Amino acid sequence: MGTHDLTHLEVLEAEAIHIMREVAAELSKPVLLFSGGKDSIVLLRLAEKAFRPAPFPFPLMHVDTGHNFPEVIAFRDRRVAELGERLVVASVQESIDRGRVVEETGPRASRNRLQTTTLLDAIEEHEFDAAFGGARRDEERARAKERIFSFRDDFGQWDPRRQRPELWSIYNGRIRKGEHVRVFPLSNWTELDVWQYIAKERLEVPTIYFAHEREVFRRDGMLYAISPHVQLIDGEEPFTESVRYRTVGDMSCTGAVRSTATALHDVVAEIAATKITERGETRADDRVTEAAMEDRKVAGYF
Amino acid sequence: MPGTSNGASGNGNGRPALLRSDLMRLATAGSVDDGKSTLIGRLLHDAKAILADQLDDLHGRDGALDLSRLTDGLRAEREQGITIDVAYRYFATAKRSFILADTPGHVQYTRNMVTGASTADLAIVLVDARNGVVEQTKRHAFIAALLGIPHVVLAVNKMDLVDYDEQVFDRIVTDFSAFARRLDVRDVAFIPMSALEGDNVVDRSEAMGWYAGLPLLEHLETVQIAADRNLDELRFPVQYVIRDHATDYRGYAGRIASGVVRPGDEVLVLPGGQSTTVEAIDTLDGPLDEAVPPLSVTLRLADDLDISRGDLICGPADRPSLERELTADVCWMADAPLRPRGRYLIKHAAHTVAVMVDELVDRVDVHTLDREGAPPELALNDIGRVRLRTARPVAFDPYARNRATGSFIVIDEATNETVGAGMIVPAPARA
Repeated sequence: MGTHDLTHLEVLEAEAIHIMREVAAELSKPVLLFSGGKDSIVLLRLAEKAFRPAPFPFPLMHVDTGHNFPEVIAFRDRRVAELGERLVVASVQESIDRGRVVEETGPRASRNRLQTTTLLDAIEEHEFDAAFGGARRDEERARAKERIFSFRDDFGQWDPRRQRPELWSIYNGRIRKGEHVRVFPLSNWTELDVWQYIAKERLEVPTIYFAHEREVFRRDGMLYAISPHVQLIDGEEPFTESVRYRTVGDMSCTGAVRSTATALHDVVAEIAATKITERGETRADDRVTEAAMEDRKVAGYF
Repeated sequence: MPGTSNGASGNGNGRPALLRSDLMRLATAGSVDDGKSTLIGRLLHDAKAILADQLDDLHGRDGALDLSRLTDGLRAEREQGITIDVAYRYFATAKRSFILADTPGHVQYTRNMVTGASTADLAIVLVDARNGVVEQTKRHAFIAALLGIPHVVLAVNKMDLVDYDEQVFDRIVTDFSAFARRLDVRDVAFIPMSALEGDNVVDRSEAMGWYAGLPLLEHLETVQIAADRNLDELRFPVQYVIRDHATDYRGYAGRIASGVVRPGDEVLVLPGGQSTTVEAIDTLDGPLDEAVPPLSVTLRLADDLDISRGDLICGPADRPSLERELTADVCWMADAPLRPRGRYLIKHAAHTVAVMVDELVDRVDVHTLDREGAPPELALNDIGRVRLRTARPVAFDPYARNRATGSFIVIDEATNETVGAGMIVPAPARA
């Protein structure tokens, strides 16, 4: 013993556990959004820390675009089975089949925007009143201004000008029927914190986060995987490269980075030394306009 | 725990790969004119927390690097050239990780600054060296003190515009010290700097050899904050009861607000007043020998008591107040004013209680910082003292002793909005 000093990870962990317990105590039907990505993997560990030995007081939900990496879907199902928790899958394909959304066409088509409708429909159908997400404030400028408890109206919309003041660690989760809150326990974590925590907790992550040989092509300065979900444009040539992913999204809009980091500590070292942000390097969905994330968030995106 | 599976070492980016660093929360206060955005930009830039693609975004129309652009978050703000709200920035050095709450200095400043200051370990208050200590400086320092921020840095900026003159700096130090004596601020540091030129932000200024103290970043890295926690009086608000029927488990989950708890400790449960003993401190990683603030843990108790969310577990000797009346300084955050006889909810620790405003004791004049008695109302951005009657007994401490059990938010039950923030003061002695 001796000192009572805590590391920044211990403090961030304690804060996140506190947030999750507040939601479980104050809202009637929460859900945890689990994509199989690194941030939501951390959320699952924090939920274990918050509620074990009891089962989680909420189900997990994945908004499945149908364009996910197969490795990630396999990982998702394995992790859910290990935890013995319940997974709800909300399918973008079903939203398309039911005519709720219309598939984009062309070589740059993406299901990224369509997810918002699927997510909001699922929240309404299951009457969820709180949804945990793994978003972090260091990711993007619109997120830097979002509350930990982020209020959404009947239409799922975020109004950045009408956010509730959030003081100390006292969260106001009071809502009317039909409204919901998005809750971000990792708000104060950085990408490096997440990887350090994964290393500290020895958490398994999908294999695509580590360097592997993959057939890719170059578009707009980024490397994308060859997959049935993308069409090559004239001049784009497939080639094989040692790559890994910094984020997990759709195969159609998530870029890979050149890397030889095959072990967790290599990845942590790479992140610590990186000169480009996570979303700037790998997410085409943020590149559409300068305020792409702000616009999608206002409409109800994650 | 240090150096587990993390094998990464230092790197050219100045960011740490080591696990062993602590966390400091900062709040900045100052108007755009004081160079606050430039200071934050300089801090992040020189600490190498801005990455290449973000840097690309920081060049203005003339192509020059404009560090103040970093703090513009939303398109709505960029279009109108204003800052709407509190924005959070993150940077880290080998010694410490920092969370910086950046609050704008425009009309809603009080509400925003109070929000940003509520969790801060240290406040950076900016002064323009040409103007010295002005009304706004005093207001910012007052809010920092009111919110119980233990450390304040008075950043005397734009020293380049006064020829790096030591006498200008000394005069500001004297002026501010005289004012700060009226406030309850434990630790004030004065740093002369030029955020624009980079003097004394990260790198030591060559132009101000007369300044013997540390540059800002080094000061932030070395201020002792672990001792700011209250380790004396155990306060554990019960947040959630964990029950597992399969294993017949029942534990009380929450966050240590203050004090230290160990298995075998005798404790008291309020408001019921039952005594019991801590049997174990459970975590997913196994039982702990002791737990300190702000850890989230689960306590198992020796006796089978009726305990639920909102109860407070504390030490048997140093009890909090348990009353149906409390006095507090409130910062009002809503357009509709607070008035005597008004009914609200307060969320305090882990419970929500109905309250009625019994009396509006005073209001702080934002210009003179004097308290004027018996105002008719508290309007948006007003700070004043109120006496509240609560629908049931509440266990609390003065905010100055305990930030967690001495603070509350006020909620308007009709709109569900957060309309105020309260800091409990010791009750006035009764005749």
